[in-house]
Amino acid sequence: MTLLNSITIFVLAVFIGFEIISKVPAMLHTPLMSGTNAIHGIVLVGAMLVAGSADSTLEQVLAFVAVVFATINVVGGFLVTDRMLEMFKRR
Amino acid sequence: MTAPLALSQTAINFTYLVSAVLLVVGIRRLSAPPTARSGNVIAAIGMTIAIVFTFLDPDVDSYWLIVVGMVIGAIIGIASARLVKMTAMPQMVALFNGVGGGAAALIAAAEYHRLAPLGGHLAGDEIGAMLFSALIGSISFAGSLVAFGKLQEILPGRPLVFAGQQVVNGALFAAVIAFGVLAGSTEAGVWMVLLLVGALVFGVMLVLPIGGADMPVVISLLNAFTGLAAASAGFVLDNTALIIGGTLVGASGTLLTILMGRAMNRSLANVLFGAFGAAPSGGAAAAAASTDGRSYREITAEDAAVMLAYANRVVIVPGYGLAVAQAQHSVRELADLLEKRGVDVKYAIHPVAGRMPGHMNVLLAEANVPYPQLFDMEDINPEFPRTDVALVIGANDVTNPAARSVPESPIYGMPILNVDEAANVVVLKRSMNPGFAGIDNDLYYEPKTAMLFGDAKASVEKLVAGVKAA
Repeated sequence: MTLLNSITIFVLAVFIGFEIISKVPAMLHTPLMSGTNAIHGIVLVGAMLVAGSADSTLEQVLAFVAVVFATINVVGGFLVTDRMLEMFKRR
Repeated sequence: MTAPLALSQTAINFTYLVSAVLLVVGIRRLSAPPTARSGNVIAAIGMTIAIVFTFLDPDVDSYWLIVVGMVIGAIIGIASARLVKMTAMPQMVALFNGVGGGAAALIAAAEYHRLAPLGGHLAGDEIGAMLFSALIGSISFAGSLVAFGKLQEILPGRPLVFAGQQVVNGALFAAVIAFGVLAGSTEAGVWMVLLLVGALVFGVMLVLPIGGADMPVVISLLNAFTGLAAASAGFVLDNTALIIGGTLVGASGTLLTILMGRAMNRSLANVLFGAFGAAPSGGAAAAAASTDGRSYREITAEDAAVMLAYANRVVIVPGYGLAVAQAQHSVRELADLLEKRGVDVKYAIHPVAGRMPGHMNVLLAEANVPYPQLFDMEDINPEFPRTDVALVIGANDVTNPAARSVPESPIYGMPILNVDEAANVVVLKRSMNPGFAGIDNDLYYEPKTAMLFGDAKASVEKLVAGVKAA
């Protein structure tokens, strides 16, 4: 993939990121922050790629900690957001 | 273990596209109340797809590190998400955010170690993205840990300031950038280590001078930082899933930070460099003096209960004190009792009630308080002049009239609930100690204000008993 392709994707994603949350009620600020927090746990994909191809011990250690950290981010993030939103369910 | 099967890069990129679409749809649904919960589930599905198909990436030729790491991470994540109390939600988000930033920095460090010794192999954009990821990821990691410490009250919530702090921070940042430039140009590991360490220290120094009341805005900002760090790691690894997912959070997180700041009437620059309540060293003395000089009125729970029982309109103003005392269920019981007697009961929700925007809504929803009784600040403020009793439960700074009238006050200009316009004000509070921002509240010395001291839950339970007897 060329650098220009990556930049194109980046710029379009910036616009989408700004557009999709333009009208959010204050009530949802915390769950939304928590939900987007879980989404940057996508960094787990990167940690997996590095861990899966690490050569030296140092790289393996760094990548292993990265996998643990990123997994906490993803799993914890989505679960905690769900717990918050569960409170809003219609009765 | 070696990969038994691998998909082509094209096939994997296609699954990343599917995953990206699900993430976008998820965030979109997260921003409206009726669809929010399903939005979170959809985003989680998108994430799962990206993770599962990454196992099939041709570059992944060893699984054990990944599997063991994921199992450990999942156990920690599930346990902490399950066990955390609703009141401690903000610091939990800070912690999850911090480890995400840490992961991005570690990826950059590992890639640097793998590629740098090849000498001249690294393209300019690749090394740039690596250094950016290491820098922002580390700042986010360290800053989030400090934010966690402040909210968890391991560290003092007050701003920690010293003379020349901004000069020191500026010099530190300049040094970190210099380490980055050297790491990029010499491709020697020592500079990368210095960059990481320097960025961690800078992250700590960045958040230490910020007061507890501004912490939500800071966490939101660090959330956006981690998003950018993840996107940058995507540039390093040439991975679209990371670029899209990270950038979405970077952009939406930035906008959310601005929205939160606006709700508190604080610009980002003000939050970061204003040292909210930096006056306390002098201000605390002044506050104590003003407490001595003025008198306040105490009321018994029985008297307050009678006042509530015979009122026509009551507005309940919940704050963090209600949350820590876990008084939300008792408050709902009190409101139900009053409604049964024909009293009109409303809840006034300040945008930053609790410790984060929307935090109080979550807590009250947990106690089954009906939606229609919750009113936002703009909707409830015109109601106060017609209100007989404003019942302030563990809320302080958001009711402080100094925000309207005292330009020297650190909270001047912050939109507040105009509780002082009600005919009577009853304040439930543990003591006369100033609130989170460390500022004395003039409301408590007004003749129409009565103070009911004690733990919020115990006080509300006494009110419930009193209303039943009235």
